[in-house]
Amino acid sequence: MTGPADNVRLTISLRVNGELIERETPVRKNLVDFLRDDLGLTGTHVGCEHGVCGACTIRVDGRSVRSCLMLAVQADGCEVVTVEGLTASGEIADLQTAFVQRNALQCGYCTPGMLATAADFLASERPRSRDAIREFMSGNYCRCTGYQAIVDAIEDVARARAGQDTP
Amino acid sequence: MTSSAESPIGASLPRSRAARFVTGKGRYTDDFTAPRMLFAAFIRSPYAHARILHIDASAAMERPGARRVLTAKDIAAVCKPYRAVNNIFPTMNSPLQHAVAIEKVHYQGEPVAIVIADTRAQAEDAAEHVQIDWEPLPAVTDAEAAASSKTPVIHEGFDTNLCFQTKIETPDIDKCLQEAAAIIEESFIFGRHTGVPLEMRTILANYDASDGILTVTQSHQVPHELQGIYARQLGLAESKVHVICPDVGGAFGIKLQAYNDEIAICAAAVILQRPVKYQVDRLEAFISDVQARDHHVKAKIALDANNDILAFAVEDIFAIGPYPQFPRSSLQEGFHVIQLTGAPYRFRDYRGVLQVVFQNKVNAGLYRAVGQPISCALTERMIDMAARHAGRDPIDFRREHYRREAEFPCKSPSNVALTKMALLQCHDAVVDGMQIRALRKEQAALRERGILRGIGIATFVELVNPGPNYYTNAGLAVSAQDACTLRLEPGGTVRCRVSLSEFGQGTDFSIGQVVAATLGITASAVEVECGDSWTAPFGGGSWASRGIMMGSEAGWRAARTLRESILKTAGQLLQCPAESLDIRAGEIVEVSGRARMSVAELANIAHYRQGLLPKDCQPELTATSHYSPRDLDYVSSAGVQSSYVEVDAETGFVRLLRHGVSHDSGNVINPLLLAEQLRGGAVQGIGSALYEECLYDEDGQLLNGTLADYLVPMAAEIPDIEIYDVATPWQPTGAPKPKGVGEAGVAGASAAILNAINDAIYPLGASIAQIPCTPERLLDVIDRARKPPAG
Ligand code: FES
Ligand code: FES
Repeated sequence: MTGPADNVRLTISLRVNGELIERETPVRKNLVDFLRDDLGLTGTHVGCEHGVCGACTIRVDGRSVRSCLMLAVQADGCEVVTVEGLTASGEIADLQTAFVQRNALQCGYCTPGMLATAADFLASERPRSRDAIREFMSGNYCRCTGYQAIVDAIEDVARARAGQDTP
Repeated sequence: MTSSAESPIGASLPRSRAARFVTGKGRYTDDFTAPRMLFAAFIRSPYAHARILHIDASAAMERPGARRVLTAKDIAAVCKPYRAVNNIFPTMNSPLQHAVAIEKVHYQGEPVAIVIADTRAQAEDAAEHVQIDWEPLPAVTDAEAAASSKTPVIHEGFDTNLCFQTKIETPDIDKCLQEAAAIIEESFIFGRHTGVPLEMRTILANYDASDGILTVTQSHQVPHELQGIYARQLGLAESKVHVICPDVGGAFGIKLQAYNDEIAICAAAVILQRPVKYQVDRLEAFISDVQARDHHVKAKIALDANNDILAFAVEDIFAIGPYPQFPRSSLQEGFHVIQLTGAPYRFRDYRGVLQVVFQNKVNAGLYRAVGQPISCALTERMIDMAARHAGRDPIDFRREHYRREAEFPCKSPSNVALTKMALLQCHDAVVDGMQIRALRKEQAALRERGILRGIGIATFVELVNPGPNYYTNAGLAVSAQDACTLRLEPGGTVRCRVSLSEFGQGTDFSIGQVVAATLGITASAVEVECGDSWTAPFGGGSWASRGIMMGSEAGWRAARTLRESILKTAGQLLQCPAESLDIRAGEIVEVSGRARMSVAELANIAHYRQGLLPKDCQPELTATSHYSPRDLDYVSSAGVQSSYVEVDAETGFVRLLRHGVSHDSGNVINPLLLAEQLRGGAVQGIGSALYEECLYDEDGQLLNGTLADYLVPMAAEIPDIEIYDVATPWQPTGAPKPKGVGEAGVAGASAAILNAINDAIYPLGASIAQIPCTPERLLDVIDRARKPPAG
């Protein structure tokens, strides 16, 4: 058995990309399925459903989360930001531009998760070396690119942002 | 035509489509819904080989949301069985296949029933309540065992597990082997692996009985081909089947052929007359996606007294699962092995023996680069062993024995037509680019300190863009023709529809660059669309590195026609000869360069103000060209890869320090996209050399069917991949003639790694001939070398 059936439901309220959402959901539903199927936020992708590939990475209460490993009901009262929200706020506009310029994506399926993790890296105090970027990104699987252009794009943005920060 | 300085051909332009992906606006199949859509879950065989005694679905139908349970009988009422047939291989044994298994299953994961419910979760719940009585049967898993006459036969009605066998040999091979001064032998084992596209296979099928139209949205590579397959299997007119491949999240050949579960979903939509969606989950992907490269090979290289190469001989046993995959079969991988072994080198005699066998594992398919990584690994390891025997540096030994450019075109001793390949140029590009001679010194110095580093080099030959002769002779409903339709729209944009398909390569955008360059407009003025079997011109699609080769040619031809038509109309409007006009950067100019009007202005007049045109002027604003390469069976293409590794003899762990790739890519249309294709391919090849393997127990149960257990390369294990591309610049008067690069990275990477590892462990007296080279296997060969057998 896979746990409680679809008729065991709860009403949750949460903020998704700044909008207040109140919905009833089966308690067993993953957050990623809730975002995709119930809210139509299809920018968050599913690549494994067991927490390995990083395609479903989003932000919950400021932390990076694998939304396939979290139930929707666990996000009750939380602040959830998906790639759609990161785009709307302009927070990762430079990263998105760098991904396009560097061709840091082929099929694009891993990209929203990559961007979420990269945004995390850029917000962290970690060293900006290519090795450090590779290490930090190593929970996000990309079958197409070979990763290098992704590292290039993140490195570009890290440099540019550091330049801006310098008085 | 535009001068090359401003031409979009050869420009590293970022893809316009990428903007959608970085904002989460990509539209993959699972992102589509339909009113009254139902969801399917498959019940798959838990056994590799078993008889289905009884299926009881009554309890499942009681579950919430359950709408229907379909078994083989239901499906068979609307869907014909099928088999892979290829007239080139008339002796191929090809048992009949059913979309859902009838009576007997032949691999773990084979579909046995489909549960249809209101939600996916409900379908999966209900599936757990379908009761099936099984009679497990002994499984045949090992390739060599399958080939033995003592092993039980897995298919009823057949007297052998042999699917196919063939031999390619020169008349003097036996004599040559007898008279050779030295024969070096090795036995290789290649482990099964699979493509693991991040987006799992997904299909949404809808059948509308009112107009009899089956509409299928699917993550796939060849919409036109699928349209015909679904029509034939379901007894529909081909004109009534519409296949749409929207954004595809990686394909790699895994999404090239037809799957039983996908055919079954189309049948389910016809039965239920409602939209039915199905996505394999990751665990199912590992037991249902096609796998590849399960080969056991005995290889020989024969040398004369001067250490020149006399001959190669290989005997390959290739295990393909229970069936040749439908419709194209799985044999090509084995053919690559016996056709391409030795291909970069000069030698006289050859023998290639291929045995393709059935076993109880999921089918083998045509995974990116197909058999080329195997033929490359065999050849290049044997060349290294020969160089060792000759006491020569493997770099020099290769350089001396390559076929020279003047020899092409020629036939190899394995009877393969080889077109011009830049072998020496690719070789030097990598050797110089990576400064391999300096690395040799570093390696020697580190060895003094007990650090084991190895340098591997591998030269690969690919047969890309198979032409129509093959598919025509094979009798396959596969089009080796592609097409491009251009439509000049008001505002001057050119809408470009191509029959090629796009799943990340940037083929679509690159075709747009060719169209723009040929027309004389900017790349941003071309919008490329593909993937829809009804709106795209009819053609093949993308596989075998053919996308850009076919698409650039069709696009170039169509653009020349449209250009002529634009200039003719402009000449009539401006009352000057069309030949006195040119199009540059979207402007219609006199040959002197004086601007007369923009293409946009002309388009607006042609669409909205025909009254301004002379009465005898009828502009043609749409142009279509088809192209099929009739002159060649395929194009041969080459490259060289090199790896620099460090092996930890205590843990067996391999660290890849550097990896370089050179490739003869013809006229490069977009260097930015090309480099990323080569890199992505190389990383897949590195994965198969070091980590990836579908591990089965002797009962045919997959042991590592999760993404946590089947290891794929992640960013941290992979160094930057150095690209040393060998390109031929575009001649602005001719077709662009790029060579496809989709498979090049994969083709040579595992051989380079294998050679590098062997170079590293050579001082220990150890060698390895098995892929992937896992720590366990390395420790094993190192231990055996350290402990000489007792007695
Ligand atoms: S889908 Fe969540 S980590 Fe893979
Ligand atoms: S771009 Fe396809 S998986 Fe990363």
